[in-house]
Amino acid sequence: MTGIDLSVVDWSRAQFALTAMYHWIFVPLTLGLSVLCAFFESIYVKTGKEEWKKIAKFWMTLFGINFAIGLATGIILEFEFGTNWSNYSWMVGDLFGAPLAIEGLLAFFLESTFFAVMFFGWNRVSKKFHLMSTWMVALGSNLSALWILVANAWMQHPVAMQFNPDRARFELKSFWDMALSPVAISKFVHTTSSGFLLASLFVVTVSSWYLLKKRHIKMAKRSIIIASVFGLLASGFVVMTGDESAFQDARFQPVKLAALAGLYKGEKKAGDVVLGVMNPSKKIGDNKNAFYLSIKVPWMLSLLANRKLDSFVPGIDDFVYGNKQENIMSATDKIKMGKLAINALASYKDAKEKNDKEKASAALSTFNKYEQYIGYGYLKNPTDIVPPVAISFYSFHIMVALGTLFPILFLIFLFYTMKGSIVEQKYVLMLGLIGVFLGWIAQEAGWVLAEVGRQPWTINGLLPVNVAVTNLSSGYIKTTFFTFLILFTLLLIAEIKIMLKQIKIGPEVD
Amino acid sequence: MIGSLDTAVLQQMWWILISVIGSLFLFLNFVQGGQTLLWQVAKSEEEKTLIINSLGTKWELTFTTLVMFGGALFASFPKFYSVSFGGGYLVWMGILFSFIIQAVSYEYRKKPNNFLGAKTYELFLFINGSIGILLIGAAVGTFFTGSNFTLNEYNQVTWTNPLRGLEAAFSLFNLSLGLFLVFNARTLGSMYLLNNIDFTKTPELEQRLRKCTLRNFIVSLIFLLYIVGYFVFANGFDVNSAGLVTLVKGKYLSNILSMPVALISLLVGLLLVVWGVFSTSIKNSFKGIWFGGLGTVLIGLTVFFIAGFHNTAFYPSKVDLQSSLTIYNASSSHITLTAMLYVALFIPVVLGYISIVWKKMNAKKLTLEEISSNDESY
Repeated sequence: MTGIDLSVVDWSRAQFALTAMYHWIFVPLTLGLSVLCAFFESIYVKTGKEEWKKIAKFWMTLFGINFAIGLATGIILEFEFGTNWSNYSWMVGDLFGAPLAIEGLLAFFLESTFFAVMFFGWNRVSKKFHLMSTWMVALGSNLSALWILVANAWMQHPVAMQFNPDRARFELKSFWDMALSPVAISKFVHTTSSGFLLASLFVVTVSSWYLLKKRHIKMAKRSIIIASVFGLLASGFVVMTGDESAFQDARFQPVKLAALAGLYKGEKKAGDVVLGVMNPSKKIGDNKNAFYLSIKVPWMLSLLANRKLDSFVPGIDDFVYGNKQENIMSATDKIKMGKLAINALASYKDAKEKNDKEKASAALSTFNKYEQYIGYGYLKNPTDIVPPVAISFYSFHIMVALGTLFPILFLIFLFYTMKGSIVEQKYVLMLGLIGVFLGWIAQEAGWVLAEVGRQPWTINGLLPVNVAVTNLSSGYIKTTFFTFLILFTLLLIAEIKIMLKQIKIGPEVD
Repeated sequence: MIGSLDTAVLQQMWWILISVIGSLFLFLNFVQGGQTLLWQVAKSEEEKTLIINSLGTKWELTFTTLVMFGGALFASFPKFYSVSFGGGYLVWMGILFSFIIQAVSYEYRKKPNNFLGAKTYELFLFINGSIGILLIGAAVGTFFTGSNFTLNEYNQVTWTNPLRGLEAAFSLFNLSLGLFLVFNARTLGSMYLLNNIDFTKTPELEQRLRKCTLRNFIVSLIFLLYIVGYFVFANGFDVNSAGLVTLVKGKYLSNILSMPVALISLLVGLLLVVWGVFSTSIKNSFKGIWFGGLGTVLIGLTVFFIAGFHNTAFYPSKVDLQSSLTIYNASSSHITLTAMLYVALFIPVVLGYISIVWKKMNAKKLTLEEISSNDESY
């Protein structure tokens, strides 16, 4: 296959990262706020009290502002698979396209059809139909997350497919194996519950501001109670599925696990560095210490990775250089076998063209022998299999530290609000003010870990980014990159200004 | 039953589904058409508000249909997704930018403290309705005029024109198709607004929209006639039984003539659009959109059918005929097409709830009083 200019890969990755990170500012809020709005409206319909309708409408206004920019930043992502990753689109479109289409049909139409009722239907449909519509928007948003996460989980842990050498692509073997892959399920729960968590933090932050300003006190307190309970429940799911993700990484993406733990040399009873400053001069294979400073919890990493305190957790060096004792093949060997697969595929194609059946069948059997390593054949150095270690380590630890803080925050808020003294707790409210911003940092860190930690692969172990990319000149990508950067930044500024103004105006209660 | 269908049958069924989604999108472009009318037919802020709020409950449906169209193409014809989007990079980016700026404009235009000002968001809506639709038309035009790409033995695409897809807009046919879509969308937009707005307090707006319907239809007809003329005389990309692609004179005419469905669909579609426009501008009807809309869907189906069926390459390459895409060489595998056909069984459900909601939301005509009493109004 043709060689591709490396800067094209970098710019394409930068563009995808830029658009995805912007998109992810808004999506988790949509996921959670849609459900919270539906809760508020349910209480209104159940109790018939107008004040709950006003609370629901207030949060809906903020939801709508956020939803619009979520759509704007989202449409590009679907098409970017084609525009910037065209080889990827061809090679795995047979699998990857399906969840994207299902997302459109089963989720986006629910969202967009009932969104109109949610905002403009108050006087046009019955109370119950309106409530149903709000729930449909919530269901639609979260279903869309399900399908796109099935797609992403498949990139992290490709299953249910086989390579078709005649068409030079991977093809689907079982739809259900893909849709119900364990990675997909835990990724879905982890991501949506973290969205619920972020929306709860958003409600807490806005309500804290009102309480500090001594405005809309009743509404703010009610919102805090519902958001804190919702946020606490969500935190439980986030922690459980986060633990499951680490366990799955140990099985399906062990190099990512080693990188996020900063573990170079594998060990039994491996400890986890919970707080650490990495040594930037540390190189793969040398004997330098990976950390300048570190606080380690003994046995913790073994426990996370294998749920056994004394188990062996392989490190980065084990994957690069191999570890016979633990039966780990070196990257050098995998690259060699990958190249054999690539050459066999080329000979097979050549023999087919010349109608040489015997040669074709021999080449095919060689190919089949090594095909699972084909992706490695496109890598140059054994160290290429390692994702950026520092980014993986820090993003993981930021996510986990913040994820631990949030349930505590919700508990504090719940305690003081139930006690009736939250208005006097100035410091707690000030902490509440920054809550959602910490939430956003945790959200982005989580995706940085998931995607950067998968490098050098687009599809883990099978297709490196340099083969997946579209053959473009980097000048075009730079142009679109900066256009996105400027446009999305302008839209973000507009969104923030509108949002702040609406919060300042506040609901029509009290 | 679906599980035992032949791959070729599945490929054809999927091309029909793609044609239906694409044609519905062309109907739903009444939103984009309406957006371009904003500065032309609305003479006061109130009239503008009526138009924006009328389109405001429908724009997401159009937007979602475009996303659906992309998703369905990805799942069923991934080679097209890869070749066209990756190859024609700039034209698709242009289209997408026009939809990005649309997505925030309804929500942000009237909100206080909106940073860019109402005029900017109105300009965004105009760009989406004009340049966006024009580029979509130009891109669809390449189904008939061909593009500049080659594929290697691994199906990796090389685009041979440095304009990366934008060159599509410089062909007279592609441009005509684009402009036809723009003016047809404006015709549909006028008819939709007539159907949805209560004109008791703004009778001049109604008259302006009726005139607008006729004028835009006449302009769109000129482009449509050119398009039909092109189909009659132009060379088309024929695929023989061995899969060899050649240029054949009068190919698209022969496609229309040998597929009665396409011919009937075209004629009935045209008649319906004419009737919709006639009843709107002469007979003062408010229901023109239904005839115009259905007519547009039928014309759209013809365009997609003659592009993909009857041994035709639907995404041809001008520079290397044998790299051209057909519905047979560009599709997903049997198992994916089958699985997705099961998913497609949900299409009637989706269409069902969309119609219910449409009916409920459009049961009463839109008034200024309603808009001013709802603080969520655009």
